[in-house]
Amino acid sequence: MSRFLFPKWTNKIKNLLLPLVVGGAVYMVVLVWLGASPKTLVAGYSPVQPVPFSHAMHAGELGLDCRYCHTTVETAAYAAIPPTATCMNCHEKGIKTTSPKLAKLREAFATEQPMRWEKIHDLPDYAYFNHASHVTRGVGCKSCHGRIDQMERVYQQEPLSMAWCLDCHRAPEKHLRPLDQITNMAWAPENQLELGLQLKNEYGIKTSTDCSTCHR
Amino acid sequence: MTTLDPSHASEAFKEFRPPLLDGKNDYKTITDQICGVPEWSHSETPKAWYIAFTIAVSMLGMLGAMIAWLFWMGVGVWGNNNPAFWGWPIVNFVFWVGIGHAGTLISAILFLFRQKWRTSINRFAEAMTIFAVACAAIFPGIHVGRPWVAYWLFPIPNQMDMWPQFRSPLLWDVFAVSTYATVSLLFWYLGMIPDLATIRDRATTPVRRFLYGLFAMGWNGSNRQWHRFERAYLLLAALATPLVLSVHSVVSFDFAVAQLPGWHTTIFPPYFVAGAIFSGFAMVVSLAVPARQFFGMKNLITMRHLEAMNKVILATSMMVGYAYLTELFIAWYGGNPYERFAFLNRVMGNYSWAYWSMFSCNVIFPQLFWFKKIRRSIPLMMIICVLVNVGMWFERFVITVTSLSRDFVPSSWGYFTPTLIDALTFIGSFGLFFTLFLLFCRWLPMVAVAEVKADMPRDEAAVKGA
Repeated sequence: MSRFLFPKWTNKIKNLLLPLVVGGAVYMVVLVWLGASPKTLVAGYSPVQPVPFSHAMHAGELGLDCRYCHTTVETAAYAAIPPTATCMNCHEKGIKTTSPKLAKLREAFATEQPMRWEKIHDLPDYAYFNHASHVTRGVGCKSCHGRIDQMERVYQQEPLSMAWCLDCHRAPEKHLRPLDQITNMAWAPENQLELGLQLKNEYGIKTSTDCSTCHR
Repeated sequence: MTTLDPSHASEAFKEFRPPLLDGKNDYKTITDQICGVPEWSHSETPKAWYIAFTIAVSMLGMLGAMIAWLFWMGVGVWGNNNPAFWGWPIVNFVFWVGIGHAGTLISAILFLFRQKWRTSINRFAEAMTIFAVACAAIFPGIHVGRPWVAYWLFPIPNQMDMWPQFRSPLLWDVFAVSTYATVSLLFWYLGMIPDLATIRDRATTPVRRFLYGLFAMGWNGSNRQWHRFERAYLLLAALATPLVLSVHSVVSFDFAVAQLPGWHTTIFPPYFVAGAIFSGFAMVVSLAVPARQFFGMKNLITMRHLEAMNKVILATSMMVGYAYLTELFIAWYGGNPYERFAFLNRVMGNYSWAYWSMFSCNVIFPQLFWFKKIRRSIPLMMIICVLVNVGMWFERFVITVTSLSRDFVPSSWGYFTPTLIDALTFIGSFGLFFTLFLLFCRWLPMVAVAEVKADMPRDEAAVKGA
């Protein structure tokens, strides 16, 4: 049998090899970098809630402080979702007591069953996050949750990925603000970095990037 | 590759340097003999191969089942537990990496030292190296607990901003072993190209012609190709040589860089390298003896080859023994009470059965190779070489487990007990090893045809006929 050698047309494949390998590598990197990014996969999540509660109206137009409802944010790891009773402070006797949009709320209040709100900002169980240690040390609500006061229906603005957490833990001055401005959504300093460094020093902030800081 | 043509040498020279092969061989018989094996038809293949292959594949299946069970259940199916978190998976890893050292030593270092007897055994020793490294690579991969994130071992930029700890020898290990696997594979494949082309040219079926042709990469045996081939081979040999020493040194850092008594010693790198070569050669002999028998290669892999390897085993056995004794001496002489306790515990503690298994298999039995009769006795060398491999497994067990189970604080002491899954996984890794090895013996040229011929006396008939 005659000797097998590669036919001539295979030379064309040889020429294609380099662009294919280089192009393929670049394509894979771009695909994973952009396609598998939490910015693509996670940010923007905005489920429909059982009651169309508008943060834009309550926190924005009416100017309710975040802590009126999320009462534990300064003292606990978890920023509490308010009980139905909190809503009923206004909606039981005064405002919009017969609105059909609030039917579920009234039902929940009457039957003493909790409202089934959809959780939006959901960290994995292996990541430990403490609201109190952030908001009492100069990290404002807006830094992680965005302009909640402008959201008709709340969505997740930030990717909440590990890299995103680390970004701030490596340079907290990018997000520090005075303690009396924590819940002020519109607060914007003239020179964040300068102020941030000053506050970092003042509050004695030593962010850690050890594994066990978040993975306990 | 030859520099001297022995056919022109004097009779005295021939006596001083006897021919490397036994019996009457010429270029044609060598080609027919070695290339004949991959050309075996279904009926020509010995039953023994099918039986061996069936057993090996069954064991491989068992390995797969054990790994699947592990992934489903988690690492709790193993005996690894506080305080001995490293257990068998790491023992097996070091064991297999160690075995993978003989191939490159034979093919690279002996090549650079012009040890021509290597040509009969280098091909399958290299194959053995690659298969052993493949077995080794499994264990750290499945040991990480969450194998779907095993890619975290490599510095791949990711959205978690996570980066390996470059100060950790565990990361150096990843680089050392993967470099070693890559270079060994390239070296093995490169050396095989001319032989693959020979099988291609002898092919009688189109499938064989195409497949061997594909992997022969268009080799046509021209002067220019040979020139470049030998250049590349020499360069790869030079690249592979430091790897023989570096890989197991780095593996030893996994232990030596830690502060644990019994691990934290400077003797580890040379001690590990000697042990690796020791176990690797023992494995080559235990594979060569049956392989030369079943595939009819006795004239190529002669008693002289086996004896030479047994001498290497004897030499490295004494190096390993010297290291054991040095460790004991330093534990006493160093005056560190923890270190002293660690070694007393090894020798006389509740793992002393493992220590003395290791010591007798690695240091005492190989001393029998001082006797020429034993060096040249097939059954005895098989027994000793298998014992050496048992002993070298125990060495890694002793190092890993005794130190972990008896560290500084008695409150954190424990006793490691393996589970059935541990044992079946380890046995299963032999299934992977032998499956690959049997496939290699059956389908690839198991002896380097071109290299053996280059070191033969010149075949006058073939040269005249050409």
